[in-house]
Amino acid sequence: MTYEQLGQLFASYASGLWATVQLTVFSLVLGLLIAIPLAVLRVSPNRIVSSPVAVYTWFMRGTPLLAQLMIVYYGFGQFQWMQDAWQRGTPLLSLLRDPYDCALIALTANTCAYTTEILAGALRATPYGEIEAARAYGMSQLTTWRRILLPSALRRFIPAYSNEVILMLHGTSLVSAITIVDLTGVARDFYANYYAPFEAFISVGTVYFGLTTIITLLVRLTERRYLVYLRPQNFATLAKS
Amino acid sequence: MNALTVENLHKRYGDNEVLKGVSLSAKSGDVISMIGSSGSGKSTFLRCINFLESPSSGRVSLNGNEVRTSTDGSGEIRISDPAQLRQMRTRLAMVFQHFNLWAHMTVLENVMEAPRHVLKLTRAEATERAERYLEQVGMTRFVDAYPSHLSGGQQQRVAIARALAMEPEALLFDEPTSALDPELVGDVLKVMRDLADEGRTMIVVTHEMGFAREVSNHVVFLHQGVIEEEGHPREVMKTPRSERLQRFLSGAMK
Repeated sequence: MTYEQLGQLFASYASGLWATVQLTVFSLVLGLLIAIPLAVLRVSPNRIVSSPVAVYTWFMRGTPLLAQLMIVYYGFGQFQWMQDAWQRGTPLLSLLRDPYDCALIALTANTCAYTTEILAGALRATPYGEIEAARAYGMSQLTTWRRILLPSALRRFIPAYSNEVILMLHGTSLVSAITIVDLTGVARDFYANYYAPFEAFISVGTVYFGLTTIITLLVRLTERRYLVYLRPQNFATLAKS
Repeated sequence: MNALTVENLHKRYGDNEVLKGVSLSAKSGDVISMIGSSGSGKSTFLRCINFLESPSSGRVSLNGNEVRTSTDGSGEIRISDPAQLRQMRTRLAMVFQHFNLWAHMTVLENVMEAPRHVLKLTRAEATERAERYLEQVGMTRFVDAYPSHLSGGQQQRVAIARALAMEPEALLFDEPTSALDPELVGDVLKVMRDLADEGRTMIVVTHEMGFAREVSNHVVFLHQGVIEEEGHPREVMKTPRSERLQRFLSGAMK
């Protein structure tokens, strides 16, 4: 193991980092956007509306992310009709041929399920009096959702969701199992080429560690901005001064 | 003309009838206190006026506009026009026992919220209104504070400003001082007394006998879902005719 090799390793982390960050950010953003309407359906008192969402989150949270990635990437190619569709170049189905698109689909579906449940929990925790006040002041259901329920729940949702963000960052390391060269993929290749497991995995660990620290700081800033009302008053005034 | 009329209101929960035909009419500027022991139905009655609880039967009208209802198969009434009910609610602002301010909004935002997003006022108009009414309840200093950082009495004054900012035709108070520490009750009662002096129409469910006696011009004593006695506080509270009211008042005065 020379310094030259180590320098090489960190240079190739740059491309792996791009894949990791891209997959994390895209899957989280897509997952959150889909989770908001799903969480609204999830808390509906109407079972016909809420139970399909409950089944979805039950399934996604009940199976490992690695198995989900494998199913999406390797699973569908097993069928002849899918092979035929790929031959014809059917647009939507062709997504399932590309490892990157497969990873994005599986990661999004997975994080969306967890996010839906976190947000549904935050929605259920809305103090009933606040909803009652909205009704008493003539708000329609739509206005109540838009102005009271969602803004209040999305704030309560931040601390629990920050865990999900970190878990997803680490979860993307599994995509190296479906041929993508993300951070972990780079480390694995390096380990295979030079048989230097310690250097490879310790160094990739520090990169993830750095990313996680950045996320933690961003969460803290977000909480400071949106959760002032949950902090003790002396902290609130400190933050302002 | 009556500002607010409630006719023959009934409310049943299953077999339990908690309101057995209660009527009330308030002229503009009336301050009506509803008293009675807990379980007498007075809060339920107040909440039926703006249909936060759906009454089983009865009629409610505000300055001649009746809330439109129809009767379903089981004999319970149903709202026939939700938009009309929402519009009625904007004219009947409510103050709750537990304030029910929106926790994620500042004091100013709480007061601006319904004028802006229900009455569709512009931001400038809503701000002007909010500031004016917060000043009236003495909360100008706290416009940027969040409800959780205020005392109960301060929160309730903000809640009153929120009600006033609707510029409603009548105000409904649901035990506004019952959740407050004794030393904070006075500030809230003073604000309410000023409102009464301004000539606002108010229906107040209360345990504050002093307020009922001195501020209101009509007292209703509710017992087990019926009006046991009502009239001017001077008569009703000085010389109660019914034995139950005598007992209630001697208990409450202690």
